[in-house]
This record gives sequence, C-alpha cells and structure tokens, in this order.
Amino acid sequence: MSVRHGLLALLSQGPSYGYQLKVEFERRTGDSWPVNVGQVYNTLDRLERDGLIERGETDGDGHVFYAITDAGAAEARAWLEGPVVRGAAARDELAVKLALAVTLPGVDPEAIIHAQRVATIRSLQELTRSKAAGGDPDSPEEFVWQLVVDALIFQAEAEVRWLEHSEARIRRLQARSGSGGADGGATASASRPVSAEPPATTTASAR
Amino acid sequence: MSRERIGASELLRLDAVSMHYGAGENSVTALAGVDLSVKRGELVAIMGASGSGKSTLLTIAGGLVTPTSGEVVIDGQYLRDAKPAQLAAIRRRTLGFVFQDFNLVPALTAVENVSLPLELDGWKRSKARRAALDALHLVELDDRSEHFPDDLSGGQQQRVAIARAVVGGRTLILADEPTGALDSQTGEVVLRMLRSRIDEGAGGILVTHDARHAAWADRIVFLRDGRVVDETRRDDASALLATGA
Ligand SMILES: Nc1ncnc2c1ncn2[C@@H]1O[C@H](COP(=O)(O)OP(=O)(O)OP(=O)(O)O)[C@@H](O)[C@H]1O
Ligand SMILES: [Mg+2]
Repeated sequence: MSVRHGLLALLSQGPSYGYQLKVEFERRTGDSWPVNVGQVYNTLDRLERDGLIERGETDGDGHVFYAITDAGAAEARAWLEGPVVRGAAARDELAVKLALAVTLPGVDPEAIIHAQRVATIRSLQELTRSKAAGGDPDSPEEFVWQLVVDALIFQAEAEVRWLEHSEARIRRLQARSGSGGADGGATASASRPVSAEPPATTTASAR
Repeated sequence: MSRERIGASELLRLDAVSMHYGAGENSVTALAGVDLSVKRGELVAIMGASGSGKSTLLTIAGGLVTPTSGEVVIDGQYLRDAKPAQLAAIRRRTLGFVFQDFNLVPALTAVENVSLPLELDGWKRSKARRAALDALHLVELDDRSEHFPDDLSGGQQQRVAIARAVVGGRTLILADEPTGALDSQTGEVVLRMLRSRIDEGAGGILVTHDARHAAWADRIVFLRDGRVVDETRRDDASALLATGA
C-alpha cells in the first residue's frame, strides 16, 4: 500500500486540504502510520499530475482544497475492494537468513531461531501489553488502533509458529542424516545444495 | 534439615525438580532439573513441543504428582512435608487447576461443577452457587449454567473448567492449554480474565502452544526434553538465552 491510496480513499468522501488529510489519515489508521505534511503534499502533486484529483478553491486561511476525479474515484474503489497482493515471500529477510544458515557450514541455524524467537516474542509481549492497557474498545479511535495492533500481533505469532516449525524440521533432518559432524553438527550437512567453498574446487558441485 | 525461607511474595517454587516415569530401560525422563518460581502478580507461560514435559511440570507444581526428586513449595509449604489434610486444603483453597482434558464431573451441571470445590470447602450452597454463576459470567457462559458437560461444546466445557479454576479467589492458577479448544476471540476473553486475576494478586502458570496467548504472561519459559532452554521476560530488557545442555 502507499499513502497515495489512503489519501485517494479519504478524498473519495469529499474535497479536503493537505493538513486535514494528514490528520484524518493518522486518526483513521489508529496512529499506526505517521505521515509528514511534506509527504502528503508530494503525493497530492503526483495524484493531480496523474489526473486522479483536481486542485479546487483556496479558502480564507490559504488551504488549497483538492477534489477527486472520476478516474480517481474508480481507482480508490478498486483499491478498497481488491485484495492486497503482497511482495514475494521468498524475499522475507528472516527466511532468507535461515535458508542461508542451513546451507553454510559453521553457522548454527538453531541459534538463529532461538535469538529470533526471543526477540519476536518480546515484541509480541509489548504489543499485547499495550493492547491490554488500551482504552474502551467501543470508541472508534481505540477500535481502529486495536485492529492495527491485532494485525501486528498475528504476524508476530505466525513468525513464532514458523520458527518452531523450522526448528522441528531442522532437528528431524539432523536426526535422519545422523549429523553431529565436525562443524559442530548444527547444520544439516546432507541437505547442503552446494559447498561454501569457492567454485575452484569443482568436486563440490558434483552433487 | 535447614530450608531457606521462602519470600513472602513467592506463591510457588520448584527446586531442581526431576521426573522419571517407569524404571530401567523403559524409563522416560519427563523433567530434568527444572527450577521455577511464581510470585504474586506474576503469570508465567510454558511453551514447548508435544512431550517436552509441560503437563508433567504443571501436575507436579499442583501437587497432583510427586516428583522423583526436587522440591515443590506452595505458599511457603513444602509439599513433601505436608500432611494429607494440609495438601487437600491447599488444593481446595489456593489452587485452581485447568486440566488439558477439562476433567468435569459428567453428572453435575456447569454451575454445579464450578461450585463443587467451594462446597467441599464448606461454603453455603447458595453462596457457592452465586460465586459459580459469577465465574461463568466471566467466561461468557451465563446461558449454559444448567447444562451438563455432555451437552456442551468442547470450548464451552473448557470454559467451565476455567471458571472452576478461578472461582472463590484462588491465588495460584495452573492452566494446561486453557485456550486449546477456543476460537481466538474467546481465547482472548479468557486470557484477559486470567490476566486481571493475576493483576489482582494471584499467580499463575499457563501452558500453551500459542505465542499470542503466551504473550499475556510476564515470563515465557521454553521447555525442551524436560529442560528449560530459554526464557523471555516482559520487563527486563535482557532475555536469558541459556544453552540447554
Ligand atoms: N504417566 C506417564 N507414564 C509414562 N510416561 C509419561 C506419563 N506421562 C507423561 N509421560 C511422558 O513424559 C513426557 C512428557 O509428557 P507431558 O505430558 O508432560 O508432555 P507435554 O509437554 O504436556 O505434551 P503435550 O503438548 O502433548 O501435552 C512424554 O514423553 C510422555 O510420554
Ligand atoms: Mg500436555
């Protein structure tokens, strides 16, 4: 997502000006995504250039109002109603780090899992604590804030589950390959796709 | 023998607790030298793979099983030294236990299951019943109080078991997967309730597979093959990362 879509969605409710859009965006997202006014003005310029909004009147206080165009309204609706497609999971830094750790000799993937689990659970505890300390969930501000916190909580939970799943898989692999080898036995040597040696030793790629 | 005086705020302590089931070649080591302490106002979560010793630890902490070695101290009382009557009183008044398989009495209604421990402790029937209905309200089961366990869903039975564990102001709550049969919203209701009991001065252990629920605890202890492998605290900036060996 971009601030662009958020602003477009707000403008689909009626004309507004930069500072008001910043305040509304933050309020309606539970202050989970602070934006600065400069960023809002830049985005408005680009939306205007793309024909999605139009510059309208300036009020007595010098606020420049923007109104959504038909093309902008269509884009806002398409964004709100369409599913969010996330970037390739394969590029997740943690997954890549663990994948590398499993294949590199001398790196202990279980140590990486432990360290990550402690860090992720600690942030899960902090999120839970701030949620527990939150105010009345019936107020709209608190409600949207809790929605956003819940998203972070469920993401962190999913990461912990994936870490535990990976740990169990790695241990099982080690047990099967009878590991415990010279490099400390932590890596799953049988599964190493390539040697970490420089390619000069051609035998390494024979596998 | 000289025994260390237990701190006043400490509700539960496990000292070097080990548990071996069976003997000889078939013996299973379920716990190997576990130390654990729970203070008033503290909730400790236990996580770990299936078979890592979580339920064993909980039943030992609740005095339901005597460990092969090591000591368990509840509210200053060494369980090994406790007379049967003392042990029974601790179980009735201090301890609230949520079993992994609920353990409800099939011939009693939900509210009777919850009020039973109070009546056994000498409460008047009407007062026990009122307290039981209050506890069922906390787990959002007001409309199921007269149902028998067989007529309740798994998650509803689990909530009856939770109400039974917190009724009458128990100070040490030991819960084995108390949210295992619950959807995530109902699980959160239960966790909030448990947390508020703890904040009011009780202490507790929560066994769970779910990190989202463990995160309600002040400390999270990970068990692997009967040992504590690492521990995450809520307040300390430092998390202990011990090597299991
Ligand atoms: N009564 C018993 N007799 C023999 N072995 C037992 C007994 N109870 C438990 N065990 C063994 O002790 C180990 C720990 O069991 P425990 O029930 O404490 O695991 P757990 O962590 O609670 O697992 P789960 O997540 O599946 O509930 C297991 O290997 C189990 O087979
Ligand atoms: Mg168990």
